[in-house]
Amino acid sequence: MADRPQGSAAEGENRPRLSLHVPEPKFRPGDTVDFSHIDVPEAGSMARPDEACDPAEMRDLAYGLVRVLGDDDKAHGPWDPKLDPDTLRAMLGHMAMTRAFDERMFRGQRQGKTSFYMKCTGEEATSVSASMALAGDDMVFPSYRQQGILIQRGYPLIEMINQIYSNKGDKLKGRQLPIMYSSREHSFFTISGNLATQTPQAVGWAMASAMKGDSRIAATWVGEGSTAEGDFHSACTFATVYNAPVILNVINNQWAISSFSGFAGAERTTFAARALGYGLAGLRVDGNDALACYAAERWAANRARANAGPTLIEFFTYRAEGHSTSDDPSGYRSAQERSEWPLGDPVMRLKNHLIALGEWDEERQEKMDLEAAEHVKKVTKEAEANGILGHGLHHPFRTMFEDVFEKLPWHLREQADQAVHERKTKFPEGLPEA
Amino acid sequence: MSETQTKDMPAGTQDGERRLNMIEAINDALDVSMGRDDDVVVMGEDVGYFGGVFRCTAGLQDKYGKTRVFDTPINECGIIAVAVGMGAYGLRPVPEIQFADYIYPGLDQLISEAARLRYRSAGEYVAPMTVRSPFGGGIFGGQTHSQSPEAIFTHVSGLKTVIPATPYDAKGLLISCIEDNDPVIFFEPKRIYNGPFSGYYDKPVQPWKKFDASVVPEGYYKIPLGKARQVTEGDRLTVLAYGTMVHVVEAVCREKGVEADILDLRTLVPLDIEAIEASIERTGRCLIVHEATRTSGFGAELSALVTERCFYHLEAPVERVTGFDTPYPHSLEWAYFPGPIRIGEAIDKILKD
Repeated sequence: MADRPQGSAAEGENRPRLSLHVPEPKFRPGDTVDFSHIDVPEAGSMARPDEACDPAEMRDLAYGLVRVLGDDDKAHGPWDPKLDPDTLRAMLGHMAMTRAFDERMFRGQRQGKTSFYMKCTGEEATSVSASMALAGDDMVFPSYRQQGILIQRGYPLIEMINQIYSNKGDKLKGRQLPIMYSSREHSFFTISGNLATQTPQAVGWAMASAMKGDSRIAATWVGEGSTAEGDFHSACTFATVYNAPVILNVINNQWAISSFSGFAGAERTTFAARALGYGLAGLRVDGNDALACYAAERWAANRARANAGPTLIEFFTYRAEGHSTSDDPSGYRSAQERSEWPLGDPVMRLKNHLIALGEWDEERQEKMDLEAAEHVKKVTKEAEANGILGHGLHHPFRTMFEDVFEKLPWHLREQADQAVHERKTKFPEGLPEA
Repeated sequence: MSETQTKDMPAGTQDGERRLNMIEAINDALDVSMGRDDDVVVMGEDVGYFGGVFRCTAGLQDKYGKTRVFDTPINECGIIAVAVGMGAYGLRPVPEIQFADYIYPGLDQLISEAARLRYRSAGEYVAPMTVRSPFGGGIFGGQTHSQSPEAIFTHVSGLKTVIPATPYDAKGLLISCIEDNDPVIFFEPKRIYNGPFSGYYDKPVQPWKKFDASVVPEGYYKIPLGKARQVTEGDRLTVLAYGTMVHVVEAVCREKGVEADILDLRTLVPLDIEAIEASIERTGRCLIVHEATRTSGFGAELSALVTERCFYHLEAPVERVTGFDTPYPHSLEWAYFPGPIRIGEAIDKILKD
């Protein structure tokens, strides 16, 4: 670049005017979508280094895209996890169940049974397959779109629905926004609702596990948009400083509500490449390829278990639906994006792979989808017996004041008395659960 | 202090009596807690090999090893966040934030996470951490090494806020905090680390060893959270204070010959409301003193509580003496500090009628 004039006598004179770059996504509503700028390497083309590899020797993996399932529906290359057909069918089953659950809950919100819901359509592999690559007692610190982990770990659907309905069966006592689950029994950390806070917490849990000479590792999920938070930098720094046995999963689904990934820096580099500056192992993975998701998470888990260090994985995927039930993506992005997405649909790709292996067919898929939908419907009915949001069947009033502290201090006791008094004033006849 | 001062008493003159300053007492509390419970871990900037910029963690890494006492990156958000994760694992982390002025990058992790973990998970996960941090001014720390941000934390549901005023209390309270299953903010008044402060910055500091409150027993003892300490008894007025200001107000009352019921609150949340009510019912007058800025300071909460609960016992309006609503200035530190003149005039005003 040529030298620009400097230090002119009159302020600002004879110098070029600066301009601010404000990122803009390639396509807006109504635009014809062309994703040819996205580089999709051949399945099987990326090398698979040893898990103890020095991050400096695997830079390519932070810019490439680990893919296993090819256009021929077959598994290719060194990242093929070589899972047996039963495992593949189980993976497909969890993903199908996740999708069926999302469909039913989304509808439930539209029917007024709850206030809010978030689907993970198109991103099922990033939680189901990744979770399958971990041990069941590895601790997970999810963000808000990892319901696939709970489904894969066998958390009862009725508990999820009770929580979504904030009903009297909700073991979180109706305190949390729908889908902010918690299950210690399933090594599933309480979902915050604040963004990226869980990322450094997972590092702290992993540090504790290492301090205690435990064998369990931690994994955490965060959206690409939230990697802009300072907490993400804290997590990467602490993870690398203490060589914590942790996996930092970044779900790059291209959209953070209406802000495209460019507002988190995607115009300049990949999210996996964030790893390089910290000295973390970085992998960039086709997030719609269930086998690649499994293989990458397993690679990182092996690395963490061997005390060889933390890994940052970018799952490159697409948020096929709105951010939540409160969002209408037709207002900011082209509807064509979903159909044009070059990495396809994770459920279809895995299904087609099993069919190509001769281990599955369309009839069985149809039957499985139907059974999943029927099962969710049945459990939803059971959960509705515990009440739906706003219909009175919530937890007893006083529970509002419990768990702020381990013991109820005087000021909360006084406030609890006031709340009970207000309720009695409002319902002088009395309510069974007041 | 007149009643508790022992003339020229050197350390350890009585059998089994050990005199410590507040730094040594805090160090002792950490040592005792770590010795009793392997899950207690200490971390923070410069706390490991070096032993902390104020020496509160000196010797602990040598004794307990690097996996239990270690330095951290300069990243307060990360320090609190990893403490949340460690608490969820089952440890009892005691993170140090080097100055209370630096705690703000960790606020989201404290307010939205540590303080609400138990509530939002209905008890499945808790964050039993004690965040130690030196606070307050009077050491020429300028606006970034002098603040008293306690009211930010008392405003948060789910956090406890504890402030000791003597070495004896510092040890007993800190052990209680570490054993507590809720997150606690433990603010250490750094102006009185080495000796109590009369408010006269131009007079030499008297070391703690000259005062009985520096007698710190060896081994394990606890002071319960939520219990105030009666500093002096009197019937002219009640004074509510904590940290450094306990000593300043005590010196002013002594000088003026005012027999005051001085309460060292020790714990701001949960507050010892019974002690406050009982005292004001007896004296009918109330002075509140803190070093923090005035508007929305903890004194406002105290004043409101006293007015709501003791109004018919009051014979004069409640008075607050506080720092000014400015950043803590460097050169004009002592003009900012709520010293003897401001306190003395407030006492005169309360006692006027």
